[in-house]
Formats: sequence, structure tokens, C-alpha cells
Amino acid sequence: MWEYSEKVREHFFNPRNSGPLVEANGVGDVGSIQCGDALRLMLKVDPDTGIIEEARFQTFGCGSAIASSSALTEIVKGMTLEQALAVTNQDIANYLDGLPPEKMHCSVMGREALHAAIANYRGERWRDEHEEGALVCKCFAVDAVLIEDVVRANNLDTIEEVTFYTKAGGGCAACHEGIEEILAKVKAERPGPGEVSPPIRPIAPRPAAPRLTLVQRIKKIEEVLESIRPMLIRDNGDVELIEVQGRNVYVNLKGSCAGCMMEASTLGGIQQKLVEALGELVQVLPVSYMPTAQA
Amino acid sequence: MNTPAPIYLDNNATTKVDPAAVEAMLPFFSEHFGNPSSIHAFGAKVGAAVKNARQQMQALLGAEHDSEIIFTSCGTESDSTAILSALRAQPERNTVVTTAVEHPAILNLCDWLEKEGYVVHKLKVDKKGRLDMDEYRALLGGNVALVSAMWANNETGTIFPVETMAETAAARGIMFHTDAVQAVGKVPMNLKETKIDMLSLSGHKLHAPKGIGVLYLRRGCRFRPLLRGGHQERGRRAGTENAPSIVALGKAAELALAHLDHENTQIRRLRDKLEQGILSRVPHAFVTGNTASRLPNTSNIAFEYVEGEAILLLLNKQGIAASSGSACTSGSLEPSHVMRAMGIPYTAAHGTIRFSLSRDTTEEEIDRVIAAVPPIIARLRALSPYWGENGPTENPGQAFAPAYA
Repeated sequence: MWEYSEKVREHFFNPRNSGPLVEANGVGDVGSIQCGDALRLMLKVDPDTGIIEEARFQTFGCGSAIASSSALTEIVKGMTLEQALAVTNQDIANYLDGLPPEKMHCSVMGREALHAAIANYRGERWRDEHEEGALVCKCFAVDAVLIEDVVRANNLDTIEEVTFYTKAGGGCAACHEGIEEILAKVKAERPGPGEVSPPIRPIAPRPAAPRLTLVQRIKKIEEVLESIRPMLIRDNGDVELIEVQGRNVYVNLKGSCAGCMMEASTLGGIQQKLVEALGELVQVLPVSYMPTAQA
Repeated sequence: MNTPAPIYLDNNATTKVDPAAVEAMLPFFSEHFGNPSSIHAFGAKVGAAVKNARQQMQALLGAEHDSEIIFTSCGTESDSTAILSALRAQPERNTVVTTAVEHPAILNLCDWLEKEGYVVHKLKVDKKGRLDMDEYRALLGGNVALVSAMWANNETGTIFPVETMAETAAARGIMFHTDAVQAVGKVPMNLKETKIDMLSLSGHKLHAPKGIGVLYLRRGCRFRPLLRGGHQERGRRAGTENAPSIVALGKAAELALAHLDHENTQIRRLRDKLEQGILSRVPHAFVTGNTASRLPNTSNIAFEYVEGEAILLLLNKQGIAASSGSACTSGSLEPSHVMRAMGIPYTAAHGTIRFSLSRDTTEEEIDRVIAAVPPIIARLRALSPYWGENGPTENPGQAFAPAYA
């Protein structure tokens, strides 16, 4: 059973302002018997002041539909039409101390009936493009139609994106399978076989680095070591370039750096910076790895 | 004001565990806690109790061998095991034939199987919820691995001729499974005289606890387990036995067998009295399903121009528990798939109420419900824009003209 607030139960068991209003001069009908809920809101508006003097309802629907209708009539009685148009579905839900997520559409229906009734009073036609689908995300009350529209309009590919755009799937995650199905369905509609899966962007080839002479390389290496030396000194260490043999750069870690358990990562960090500066792959090795002079 | 004693008429949803079943199971939490697989005395005692329960269930179902009873965790597990087993054991066949009015335990599994590439045929039903046997026979081709048809419908109580359907399937070499969750304990069964290969049941629908079920598996029927692991249930359903619940289910099966006559005489009489009592007092209401072949405890009444959840809330206020096929009670926006399959008009589908009795139901309770329902319906109809002074508005479709529908 739904967890209805005391206020919802009270308005359902003792609905206010129910039944036909013969002197109504604004009537709004929303919903249908097919949908399982239908609401007729009848307003008696004072033409001079624009104040809603009387409001009554007739509702076919569940407990929260009847309670929302009852709450709506209580809210709008005594309001001007302008004030009434500012009433949101959240106002109706709040008046009832909240509605279960699955039942929020009852409050939406209340607001729609109100707009329809005011339009009817003013002799206008009221239209609503509101469409409802099966409820997918129960945590945030998001239905399938909304998710599908948003996925299509924004070319969404992942559940995460759907959550960002609609909140759906951001709670208990139980609806992720349902969201995946919608994503797959919309993806299948997109044209072109190449666009079914997100295109893999080729990584732009790096411009070939101009070949450096040995002296130029050593200078660059010294520059890089100079730039990181302050960090090493701060930790009571230092680094000294010993030899460059092809791809291999031999260094001597001094002070605290020598024998430090972080030696490998220090060397790795230096190597990363050298690779970036030289535009070529090099390997930074401790001097102990240097091949001894050939005898 | 004293609140009246509650009346529980939602026994197709779940039943109260019989006190005798509770009494039978309790020692298996404390004194007899052993693992029935163990060789020592602690285990042996439990093993013997499980065997006894298996025989009690065998008797209720009229199974030929007690080893045809496999204990599972629920009806849904039994259904999934049966359908997936039939498909895995016959990889050369890719089709399942079922009906449009099955329980979600079958329908949602079948929807998933379709996504996986299997072919599923759902037999339609007519406005009384009956199958078309010509359509059924026409669907039984060489690719069909399994027919799965419920014995009795949970919403309307309508009984399908599963014994005949199983004969037809067997004649063409097709396995037959029935979801008998609502039928077991209410309909006499003698499975050894039928061609039914597999049958699912659920303990909590027959006064045993929740969390225990059975898959009946005819000896010789090809089988692939759902759960693999230990050798429990002869390797057909791994996992340590839920001994207390198995013992309780055995006791419940024994009691159900003993009450089978009562179910089909007394309970049927009370159900008929309830139905007639309501229909004679409430205009624009009718019974859904096949009244000629129906569970004795179930009555599903459609009240036109009112919505089911509102009825349930008002009944509940008087301590009366029932259930509804209305969209609003399920959280979906559509009324029950069973009502839609039968083509019940929308003017009534949202207002269907299921009353389901049990052997605990009393005459006095039925009298109270007969008195309670008519004013509730009248009160809600007075609120409805589809209802005039003395009945439905002349043309409800036109009298109520929404800006959108």
C-alpha cells in the first residue's frame, strides 16, 4: 500500500468541495477514464474582481487524485485568477504534505485542470502537450517518454548522461536496465551504421620532433633536471646527470633521494618530463645500471 | 468507536501460516538445527523430516514418486527453473508457447527470453479469459521447446484445461509446464495420471511460510538445474535446504489435502454468496473471468466508473482487505494485463476488485463485506464526473470533454 500522508488520507476520506457547481463559469476537464484518472474542476469567478469565489470538483481516480482535487479547490478559493495561475503542482503536493513519487502526476493533473478551467472562463482554448509514459525511475518519478525525448534531443549515450539531464537513475539504480533499453532503442534509430557506437576518434599523430644533436639533448635534459631540482632539494636530495647513451639517460640520485623507497617513482617522474621535453622516448636509469666501461 | 475486527479477503496475495505449520517448523530452528546432508544424528533427524515433507507434498499433488518434488525458494524460482531448463536441455528448439495472462514470473522472463533471441508465442484469451484451443494446437510446431500455461489465474481464478493441453503437447513431443501457484490446494490434482512434466507452486499461497516453493519434475523429464553447487535435491537445486520451511510446507500440504472438500463446498458457497450479495445491491458491476470454470475461493468484480484504489482505501478503513487490478495500485499507468487481455472496457478495468477467501473466512465476515461494499461504490460514484444522478452520464465519452486525453 502507498505511504500516504495523514493529510492525503484526510482529504480522501473527507473531500472538500466535491460535486457539481451549477453556477460555474469556468470548467476544466483533464484526464480520461482510459488513463484511470479524470478530473473536472468547476470555478465560479467574480467577473468584476477576477476572484475565484467558489471551486468544486468531480474526480474519477485513486485516493491521491481525489485528495489532490480536494486540496486544489481549497487552495484556489479566494485567489485572483493571476494568483491561481501561479499555483504549481508542487504547491498542491506540499499542501498535502507530499505525495509518493508514483502519484505526483495527480498533482500535475490538478494544476492542468486549473489552467484549463481558467482558459475556459476566459474563452480561450487550453492545450497541453503533456504526455505520460510508463514510470521508469521511481526515485525521481521520471517516465519513459521523457527519458526517450531527452535522449533523442541531446544525443545521449550513457546512463550517466541520462541522470545528468533527467535525474532518472540517480537514486537506487534499480531502473538502469530500463534506461539502457531506452538508450539502445534510440541509438538503433540513429542513421548510419558508423554512428551506432560512438566513433573512435583517431589520436592525432604528434608532429615529429626535429632530431636533436647530442649536445642539444644534454642541454635539454639539464634544463629539465634544473626545473625539478628545487623539489628534490626540498626533500634534502638532488639529482646529477652522469651519461646519455642513446635512449638511456643515467642519473645519480643524491642525498635523501638515494636509496629512498620512492626512488623508482622519482626516476619515473623525471623520465616523464624528459619524454615530453625531448619529444622522444627515453629511459631514465640509476647510474648503477650503467654498463661498466668495457675492459 | 471500536474498530471492527479486520477481514482478510486477499488470500491470493498471501495466506496466514496455519498454526499447525508454525508448530511443526519451530523445532527445526532450535533443537533440530542440523544440516540434513550431515552424517551425524543432528543431520539425520532433519533429513528424515525433509523426506516426510516431500511425501506430504507428493500426496497433495498426486505425484508418482516423492523424488519428483524439488524444494525451491519460491514460485518464481520454480517458474524460472522450469522454463530455462527446457530451453537449455533442448538447444535445438527455440520457442516457448505461453498465455497473455500469466503471472509476471512467467511473462517478464519470456520478455527477456525474446530479447535474447528466443521466440515466444502468447496465447490470447477471450472476454471471459478462455483460451482458443485451435490457436493453441496450431502453435505447437517442431521448434517449440516448452508450453507454459497457468493452472488458475491469480486475478480472476479462471482455470485453464492444463491436463488436456498437456496431452496435446505430449502427443507432439513437447514439454509442458504449469504455474499452479494459485491452484494447488484448491483444485484436486493427480499428476501421475496427467502428462504434465513440470509444475510450480508456492508455499505462502497455501498457509505455509513465504520463501519456500516446489518444482514438480516428472521422472524422466530432461532437466538442467538453475542453481548448481551441492548435491541437495539430487543435484537439481543446489543450496542447503530451508528445513524449517520445508517441514511447514509439508504440514500445510497435508492440511490442504484434508481441506480440499471444504474448499470446494463451504468456501465456494461463501464466495458465491459474497458475489451475489454485492451484484444484487450494486448496479453496473459484473464478474470477470470464466464463472463456469473458476477457483472456488476467488471473485473478481468490476465496478464501472470508479477506480479500484479508492475502493480499497475505503474498504481498508473498515478493516476489509482485498486487492485491485487498477493501474494506481501497481504504480504502472496501465490497468492489469489480465483485464486488458480479456478486453474489459476501460470504464470498468480500473475498478476491478479481487476478493479471495480462505478456510479462515467466516459467514459473518462475508455478511459484513456485502453490507460494506454498496455504500462505498455509491460514495465514489457520487464524486465521479462520469456518474449522474441515477447512473452513468448519458455518454460518458462526450459528457466529459478533456482538453487532452
